[in-house]
Amino acid sequence: MTVMEQRGAYRPTPPPAWQPRTDPAPLLPDALPHRVLGTEAAERVDPDLLRRLYAELVRGRRYNAQATALTKQGRLAVYPSSTGQEACEVAAALVLEERDWLFPSYRDTLAAVARGLDPVKALTLLRGDWHTGYDPHEHRVAPLCTPLATQLPHAVGLAHAARLKGDDVVALALVGDGGTSEGDFHEALNFAAVWQAPVVFLVQNNGFAISVPLAKQTAAPSLAHKAVGYGMPGRLVDGNDAAAVHEVLSEAIAHARGGGGPTLVEAVTYRMEAHTNADDDKRYRGDAEVEAWRAHDPIALLEHELTERGLLDEAGMQAAREDAEAMAADLRERMNQDPVLDPMDLFAHVYAQPTTQLLEQEAQLQAELDAEARHHGDEPEGAAR
Amino acid sequence: MTTVAVKPATMAQALGRALRDAMADDPAVHVMGEDVGTLGGVFRVTDGLAKEFGEDRVTDTPLAEAGILGTAVGMAMYGLRPVVEMQFDAFAYPAFEQLISHVARMRNRTRGAMPLPITIRVPYGGGIGGVEHHSDSSEAYYMATPGLHVVTPATVADAYGLLRAAIASDDPVVFLEPKRLYWSKDSWNPDEPQTVEPIGRAVVRRSGRSATLITYGPSVPVCLEAAEAARAEGWDLEVVDLRSLVPFDDETVSASVRRTGRAVVVHESGSFGGPGGEIAARVTERCFHYLEAPVLRVAGFDIPYPPPMLERHHLPGVDRILDAVARLQWEAES
Repeated sequence: MTVMEQRGAYRPTPPPAWQPRTDPAPLLPDALPHRVLGTEAAERVDPDLLRRLYAELVRGRRYNAQATALTKQGRLAVYPSSTGQEACEVAAALVLEERDWLFPSYRDTLAAVARGLDPVKALTLLRGDWHTGYDPHEHRVAPLCTPLATQLPHAVGLAHAARLKGDDVVALALVGDGGTSEGDFHEALNFAAVWQAPVVFLVQNNGFAISVPLAKQTAAPSLAHKAVGYGMPGRLVDGNDAAAVHEVLSEAIAHARGGGGPTLVEAVTYRMEAHTNADDDKRYRGDAEVEAWRAHDPIALLEHELTERGLLDEAGMQAAREDAEAMAADLRERMNQDPVLDPMDLFAHVYAQPTTQLLEQEAQLQAELDAEARHHGDEPEGAAR
Repeated sequence: MTTVAVKPATMAQALGRALRDAMADDPAVHVMGEDVGTLGGVFRVTDGLAKEFGEDRVTDTPLAEAGILGTAVGMAMYGLRPVVEMQFDAFAYPAFEQLISHVARMRNRTRGAMPLPITIRVPYGGGIGGVEHHSDSSEAYYMATPGLHVVTPATVADAYGLLRAAIASDDPVVFLEPKRLYWSKDSWNPDEPQTVEPIGRAVVRRSGRSATLITYGPSVPVCLEAAEAARAEGWDLEVVDLRSLVPFDDETVSASVRRTGRAVVVHESGSFGGPGGEIAARVTERCFHYLEAPVLRVAGFDIPYPPPMLERHHLPGVDRILDAVARLQWEAES
């Protein structure tokens, strides 16, 4: 059977032969978000994985703090922090195989970094010296996507193409709660299910689309419930429980890799910082809510589990903090250097071959740069580079 | 025109043959869209492809244009060369965000690391009696988006040659197919397709000395007809078929206008903000001292596309073209 010959089962017949629709219950998410930490299930998780998740969470929290600090120093134009959402970001990165692909949104630089991408390259978009600061093929991380949910059909197409080629590749696409209202969310999930594409959608439901709370975004019983309408399983998970997110994503990815098709995972989490450094979250939420979520902090949850079970001691915590501090120091130092800009790059990658019109405009800019350089008494090359 | 006596072929057949040959030559080429598989497309351009290449390469997609183009982006990211069909011009609008924010920019965004060789076939233009949303000339939207090539054939040979070139291009190409020329015929041998000028070159379809008609796609045959009719008035008109709006062939267009000294741009698209304004400006910038008269535009009116029973009043026809030619300040000649 070819890839496209696999089809869904819904084929209405004329009325006399109407069959009752099968119960979609197996597709419905659990009533409560899946949890691992603090439950018996935690004891089944590989301790090394828990320690690895912990180290990455600590790094991730420090990375978020450093990036936010860089906005205050004018080194980043803007930074949408994932503080509070590190469990989702880190689990998404760790759960993938080398050959798999990650499709991040602009809030997911941490997931890209945890996958191995150089943080300076990950932050290029937000520094503003170019759009995508990395070759997506290097770590199989698609460009950070700004128009919400528009990266989801890309993930579906890539996963579908890999399957057509017979490659054992899964795509994991990240989106927020606000993004689930976009048409591209709907179209991506529908295409994925119809094509049985090996793709997993992770919705980080952090409670807000900038200022708009979830209640104004959807009337669904949960975002995971939306999966049922497409004919794929929906999973609901505690997005601050790194072990639980890792487990649910692992199962969804194994399901996709085995030919079972896509899964929609909703991770319930909370954005602890404002939307970006340019936002004022005091206008739309109270301290009490933020503090209530602080008591369910992803690092604290995992730290508690590890220390209770004797899997982590003060020295281990110190080592994680030092590792994170070294990463932050290196990031700070490299981000404090002015990026090297070449204005002529503006014309370098518009088309494979520039049009004659672009060549004319390129010459115009070069002449302007040369005039600027003469004005400053420099060599022309000095101004251009 | 070839002199070898071969069976006439329609533009739709030549387009289908181009898809077939591209698929046979390159396993990365995939065709996808609404009704392109079992049905062979509403204009039958993809007829027979699903049977020959199978559903995995000729795919009836769900009915969702953003999803079609968005998934094509992902497929191109993985090394495939998707050819997507938008069923009608106005049905392509849901895909605009994918087109403008991703297809057109991905090469630039990634400094060339992730080019997207996607061909987007769009049947466009009026004159087929289509009801609302089936006759738009949407080329100005595409032209205004850097990163896209915008190509449109007017002959059977070009339909084949330009579509092959579009599919082979490493840049995304919006390939606008003039609906009312789908059934136009020409002697064309599918087994020995002529080579045509590459994308980016305009072609002089008719040489003349009096004035240049600058046109493309569905208006090319109308301009050729107008040029014939103009002989009775004593005008010898040159007709330039642009073939590609992006890249734009300033060289061929300017050379023609410098020879004739007069120019009229003809297209179905509206006048205000339409391609003709850009073309007239480019011609004026380059040929000012050769011009005997202002560059005129004969275009569709600046109205929503009319209902089919009124469309003949909207579409540029021979008479309107000749009226424009008459206004090219011939008094100065005598």
